[in-house]
Amino acid sequence: MLSALNGRSITLIKLCIHLSCFIPLFYLYWRAYYDELGADPVEYVIHYTGIGALNIFLLSLVVSPLAKFLKQGKLIQLRRVIGLYAFTYSVFHVLNFLFFEVQFDFLLFISEIFERPYITVGMIGLFILTLLALTSFSRIKRSMGSRWQTLHNFTYIAGIAIVIHFYWSVKSELVEPVIYIVILVLLLVLRKDRFKRWFK
Amino acid sequence: MLLKVKAKSQISENEITDEHVYLERRSLIKKMGFLGAGSLLASTTSAQARGLDFFSSKEEQAFVTSPIKFKASSSDSQVLTPENKVISHNNFYEFGTKKSDPVNNAQSFKVNPWQLKVSGEVNKPFTLDYDDLFSRYAIEERIYRLRCVEAWSMVIPWLGFSLSNIIKQADPTSKAKYVAFETLHDPEQMPGQRSRRVGGGIDYPYVEGLRLDEAMNPLTLMSVGLYGKTLPPQNGAPIRLVVPWKYGFKSIKSVVGIKLVEKMPPTTWNILAPREYGFYANVNPDVDHPRWSQASERRITSGGLFARNRIETLPFNGYGEEVSSLYKNMNLRKYY
Repeated sequence: MLSALNGRSITLIKLCIHLSCFIPLFYLYWRAYYDELGADPVEYVIHYTGIGALNIFLLSLVVSPLAKFLKQGKLIQLRRVIGLYAFTYSVFHVLNFLFFEVQFDFLLFISEIFERPYITVGMIGLFILTLLALTSFSRIKRSMGSRWQTLHNFTYIAGIAIVIHFYWSVKSELVEPVIYIVILVLLLVLRKDRFKRWFK
Repeated sequence: MLLKVKAKSQISENEITDEHVYLERRSLIKKMGFLGAGSLLASTTSAQARGLDFFSSKEEQAFVTSPIKFKASSSDSQVLTPENKVISHNNFYEFGTKKSDPVNNAQSFKVNPWQLKVSGEVNKPFTLDYDDLFSRYAIEERIYRLRCVEAWSMVIPWLGFSLSNIIKQADPTSKAKYVAFETLHDPEQMPGQRSRRVGGGIDYPYVEGLRLDEAMNPLTLMSVGLYGKTLPPQNGAPIRLVVPWKYGFKSIKSVVGIKLVEKMPPTTWNILAPREYGFYANVNPDVDHPRWSQASERRITSGGLFARNRIETLPFNGYGEEVSSLYKNMNLRKYY
């Protein structure tokens, strides 16, 4: 078994997370600025940030089972930074839609959110992620006491909303969204004991 | 005095600025000479195919298109979508579901020999070989708007001839009411037909259909080229349908069969999701796709990410003057 990770290695991992999440996002808009994203850069940036948000979100759900498996409690500290990047990518995803797809037609933006079920569930996911991001600061976490954990359990609802959003958004190419659904289900199954406790 | 009467469909959009670019295009091709144009394209597409595909290990030779002689379109006031975008942004699930998949996966597609069979309820069935596609009927340029059901659009200078030429030659019987089209089925050449994952879960071959009067409308084009040259495979080489007042998925690519039939033929996207894609699929800003609005569209021209290119979608994609009479007394909400 690994010896316990020290604070320095955690900082190092965090740095890697920052670099591997921030650089692709920066590079995306760099390429967009120089018109290097193909014929329809709008579709490109929307899909890129959307799938990026989902990947990072699922990674955040891997942290605690992994920490348990490796018996490395300190890894739990990584959840916040990963979760915040999932939130960041989601925000860019929606802003891409608003800025470049509907191009500041706010009426269309709002009506699409409420009229299109796949966008509605996506926004539910983002709403939850926003609450989690806003309450992610240590001070707020402390002042919330046990309610913090209750609120942050909504991350599982967000996950379900996000994969449904992806599944409903595609025209016919269902394989990829189904793979993501399976991964989410596996990550939830790892937590089954916990869910059972809630309903006792 | 010569009075030019403009059909309503020739919209004088206020983006009419690029005319000099448009004119330059013609003179440029002339200057380069036909052969030069073809080889230049070959080199640009190959660079593009490589640039878009980081993971492909094999160096694929770009498909070689060749120039076609045609009667140039006289009516043109629209900003064209640049050629490199027209040939690199395609929905052709036979070669993969991503927009860049067709240009990356279709370059070795073989179009010669080709056989387009015209059959069914006709008195004179016949088959067009590859050379016939370019020589049997007079080829003209048609600059059409293409409106994808996904709410983006392009303006493309197609080369081709009216489908009515083919149908007249076949001489339909009185039973013929519809026209059924079929794409080539060749899993060896089309990775999307080999694997459901690559092909987006579609049952191939791709099939489409029109009512006979829609098929006979002079706007309905069988296209064999674009931008002065034969079609590249990602755009449906060697011959494809173009129905400019309908969503793009009606404009079936790489056609091998045209069959006159009595009953409404099945169509691929309608089979897949009947609530979302109807048989008619006329461009209609008032009837939304269940999952997104069809009231407006993004016109892909020369701008990048920051282009302000969202425009209102017009009924029948702006071709109402020519085609709305086909749908008199029809409830277009019901028959979407």
